[in-house]
Amino acid sequence: MPMIDVHDLRRTFLIRERRGVLRRTRREVQAVDGITFSVEPGEAVGYIGPNGAGKSTTIKMLTGILVPTSGHLRVADLDPSRRRTELARRIGVVFGQRTGLWWDLPLRDSFELLRRIYRVPTPTYERNLSAYVGLLEIGDLLGQPVRQLSLGQRMRADIVAALLHDPEILYLDEPTIGLDIASKQRLRTFLRELNADRGTTILLTTHDLVDIEQVCRRVMVIDHGRLAFDGDFAALHAAGQATRTVVVDFHDEVPPIDVPGSRVVRVDGVRQWLTVPAGTPTGPVIAALASSHEIADLSIREPTIEDVLPHLYARP
Amino acid sequence: MSASLYAGLASRGFRRYATYRSATLAGIFTNTVFGVIISYTYIALWVERPQLGGYGIAQALTFAWVAQALIMPVGLFGGGIVADYSERVRSGAVATDLQRPAPLLAVRLAEDLGRAAYALLTRGIAPMLVGALLFPLAWPSSVSTWLLFALSITLAVVIGFALRYLLGLLAFWIIDTSGPASVLVVLQIFASGSALPLVTFPGVLRRICELLPFRCLVQVPCDVLLREDTGTGSLPLIGLQLLWATTLLGLGAVLTRAAVRTVVVQGG
Repeated sequence: MPMIDVHDLRRTFLIRERRGVLRRTRREVQAVDGITFSVEPGEAVGYIGPNGAGKSTTIKMLTGILVPTSGHLRVADLDPSRRRTELARRIGVVFGQRTGLWWDLPLRDSFELLRRIYRVPTPTYERNLSAYVGLLEIGDLLGQPVRQLSLGQRMRADIVAALLHDPEILYLDEPTIGLDIASKQRLRTFLRELNADRGTTILLTTHDLVDIEQVCRRVMVIDHGRLAFDGDFAALHAAGQATRTVVVDFHDEVPPIDVPGSRVVRVDGVRQWLTVPAGTPTGPVIAALASSHEIADLSIREPTIEDVLPHLYARP
Repeated sequence: MSASLYAGLASRGFRRYATYRSATLAGIFTNTVFGVIISYTYIALWVERPQLGGYGIAQALTFAWVAQALIMPVGLFGGGIVADYSERVRSGAVATDLQRPAPLLAVRLAEDLGRAAYALLTRGIAPMLVGALLFPLAWPSSVSTWLLFALSITLAVVIGFALRYLLGLLAFWIIDTSGPASVLVVLQIFASGSALPLVTFPGVLRRICELLPFRCLVQVPCDVLLREDTGTGSLPLIGLQLLWATTLLGLGAVLTRAAVRTVVVQGG
């Protein structure tokens, strides 16, 4: 049975606009416009899309704080908005831009209150607390008021807070926003291990595509309220017409090389850039180059999600 | 629901405010100064009009200091939960609250009881002690009156919370609650009797105030404390407070459900 099961989910917002002194018009906005997907237990799924695409609206419906306009929606076999409280015990939610911690109190007190709110059995609580506090290296901060924590420290504390009750699903909304490179990296490693070791289902929303590449095996792309893509990275690259780039430095300047299966996109002195569709081996292309010219240096650049997303967004 | 959760939330509400010691000291100082100013005003008034509203000078002075003591615990000037709560709705932080498996109203009430307990122990009792040293106050001698007074204060705190909670819920519908918040503060200050005892108000105005819940915040606890007879005479007053507390909390619960059900959480 899927952990998350969504069929033809829609959410419409009514926007009231003033036009002149007394006239007001109402306009319907389809924030989520008929999306269908399912997530199996233990999957780690990246959920990406431009601002206003419907990501947060989807997450809100999945956690039960927003009622869908229509469509089928089950999370852990529950209807989220009707069984919000029951569902809350089984999910963890982390918003990068908000905190679920108590601002004026020492961090330890927030964890203690959450233990009571979620009715976590003491042995579970102590085991989880010591494990996660150790992994995310916040042991020294437990006595500090939350308002004194840095953004990176607070983010790690929020993630510990979301995991104390052993949630089956962890939703993360922009968890690395504003963090420095080292903090981001630590967080990604942690999430990858959490998913692998505990089998926690992860749904990750982010604008930092490296998050997705490092944590998730599957990506869903939403745009204008519709799913533009759902699959693994290889498929994403294919759908986004991703290319690998072979950068060659020849010994002498030569005219643009014509090798079957590749295309020269740029020439600068002795250096040439050839693109090869992702999924096609570069070996034959390189062999052909080496047999006809003398090569001084050569490198291959892999496609990034940034390169392929514009193709997906641009679709009608 | 688990008692340990609410005890934890209450103690958190207590400690949250206990963190700010200098603010507490400044508050005690302010309450004391205002207590003294109001005392001299009342003395001038009651010397001119003895037995106004049925109070003697000692009773009027006791009223003044009890009213000062109750300002923070019952939240007469607003702030606290209201400001917190409207802000949480506006910023969308309320989404975090809704994602917790605990009822919003009960969580907030427990936190506010903790806050009120701290306010009562500091900004309630300390100015009162100064007042008792400086002025002749009328203290009841019977234990039962004190017990009923304690109960009445607790109910006043709950009613004060319920009023501010309802105002906070408004943020789900109107986003900016500062206008209604000012109206509530003005009503709470005047219709509670905290500015001048309701017993001194002229006919119609007094009757209107007696129909409103605000008198349960200050006038009713003072009535319970100042009654000459001991024992069961105050029970109808306690009953009135119970009625308002239940009504307002019930309304709060219904509106919470309506807010959660129909209103889109802002932001995110």
